[in-house]
Amino acid sequence: MCDMLLSRINPIRFAFFFLVIALVGLLVDNAYYQQVLILIGINTLLAVGLNMLMGYAGQISLGHAAFYGIGAYTTAILTAKYQIYPWIALVIAILLAVAIAVVVGLPTLKLSGYYLGMGTLGFGMIFNIIFREWSSLTGGASGFVGIPSLSIGSLSFESGRNYFYLVWFSVWSVFLICSRIINSRAGRALRSIHDSENASMAVGVDTMTLKLQVFVLSAAFSALAGFLYAHYISFISPGSFDFLMSVRMVTMVVIGGMASIWGALLGASLLTLLPEWLHAFSEFEMVVYGLVLMLVMILMPQGLTRGILDIYERSREKYRK
Amino acid sequence: MNDQGKNTENKDCLPDSSNGPLLELANISKAFGGVQALNDITFDVPTGIILGVIGPNGAGKTTLFNVITGAYEADSGNVRFSGKEIRGKKVHKIVTQGIARTFQNVELFESMTVAENVMVGCHVRGRCGFLDAIIKTPRAKREEQWIMKRSSELLNFVGLSSQADQRSGDLPFGWQRLLEIARALASEPSVLLLDEPAAGLNATETRQLGSLIQKIRSNGVTVLLVEHDMSLTMTISDMIIVLDRGSLLAKGTPREIQSNEAVMAAYLGKGK
Repeated sequence: MCDMLLSRINPIRFAFFFLVIALVGLLVDNAYYQQVLILIGINTLLAVGLNMLMGYAGQISLGHAAFYGIGAYTTAILTAKYQIYPWIALVIAILLAVAIAVVVGLPTLKLSGYYLGMGTLGFGMIFNIIFREWSSLTGGASGFVGIPSLSIGSLSFESGRNYFYLVWFSVWSVFLICSRIINSRAGRALRSIHDSENASMAVGVDTMTLKLQVFVLSAAFSALAGFLYAHYISFISPGSFDFLMSVRMVTMVVIGGMASIWGALLGASLLTLLPEWLHAFSEFEMVVYGLVLMLVMILMPQGLTRGILDIYERSREKYRK
Repeated sequence: MNDQGKNTENKDCLPDSSNGPLLELANISKAFGGVQALNDITFDVPTGIILGVIGPNGAGKTTLFNVITGAYEADSGNVRFSGKEIRGKKVHKIVTQGIARTFQNVELFESMTVAENVMVGCHVRGRCGFLDAIIKTPRAKREEQWIMKRSSELLNFVGLSSQADQRSGDLPFGWQRLLEIARALASEPSVLLLDEPAAGLNATETRQLGSLIQKIRSNGVTVLLVEHDMSLTMTISDMIIVLDRGSLLAKGTPREIQSNEAVMAAYLGKGK
């Protein structure tokens, strides 16, 4: 019921989100904060794409870092080695991710539950090995250097502020796309698969095609994130696109809250910020990191979005009394 | 329950009573391992009737529904709908042609609202995909409005209008059954398969369900009804078929079935 209410004020929320991005970009001058915010934006793109697949369609993927890597490596190779215009490289990177998602998705999406997890896990590992071992193309384990920065005509995205706007307006657009899908015929069918695939088929939803479509969509968003990451950091290595990255993406979705695009934002923020905050614990960093995630899951099993909404509703009830 | 949605692709699948029966099953057999769930079943369903399907537990009634809707493929035999072979077709294709069903153990989309459940039910009568939704094409807007109007009509038809915005999983059981029927009707079927719709309902609810099913039939939908509640089945069915251990034991009007000795034997164990 809450969701129904929220969907009615959708345009207002998106206008507000737009304003917040514009303001934050203007106010934040510190280069370090700009960098953290850009990384949060890139992770949000990853999380919101995966959330469409996991939270809404109910299909897990433990190999999505591969699409992130495909986006990053494709643009790196095309722009640095072959001097192709980056925005054309972006289109090629997304098309390549889409094509690979179709080929991989067709057989694996026939699986469900643990088996789908295993299938996508294997796929992610294969691509990580390709990134690491095909040294002549990808630079191998030592990484790929010299990825050019982005610009449109005379507008350069080299500065932190401009890149911040580029990343966050991408996030804004992707959020708008996702929210429109979720509240449409196709989106409802997608959510119905999550609740009962049997009943979904029985009302005439072509579940296989729909699952494939959303898998492809999330792969495209991940490739976009990879593109933005590569041109920002200008150096990429296989370690950024390994199994742990896939797990981190799943964690962002779960911690933020499944089936909520704003949850992806919260999850990505927490998982990007937490390591930064925890530097003070030096060698105990990972212990505290794990502890925080455990506490969130114990106290807010539905994720941060639901958890915060619950606290808000409870406090309002108390206030009424 | 008017015809305004029939403007879509299902024109050619509309029942045509001049061309013989709406649904024909011929020599259908289905086995699971060593168990013969259905054995050489043959019967026709004329347009516009309520056909009761009865039989003891394990007689193969639900299997029969699963074969008709395409959830299982029969080992042998034919299923023809409006004269066209549908055996071996995918479930969603069969729904598009005009066969809808409900489940014995209510299968709603529990996290979605009551209205959304019916809106998903309209799925096969729409065409807009991801791109339409993203760009918000005029046809997507038109379709969305049509889906909303249609689902509120259907909720009104089964009497759940005031529950539209509730989470469907929170509805009392009897209403969940009604919602499932509304969701099935949303696909504008010409045949509706109801799998034990009265199970778990009290006497009043069962009576209301009976008149709802008759109302559905009077709107031109042919109904197949699997039901253990004999008084309901006998009152509203025009014809009844009896299954026992996978075989067709008898068919006829309710009166004929009630006086059929083989049926009495199957139910009461007489004559063994």
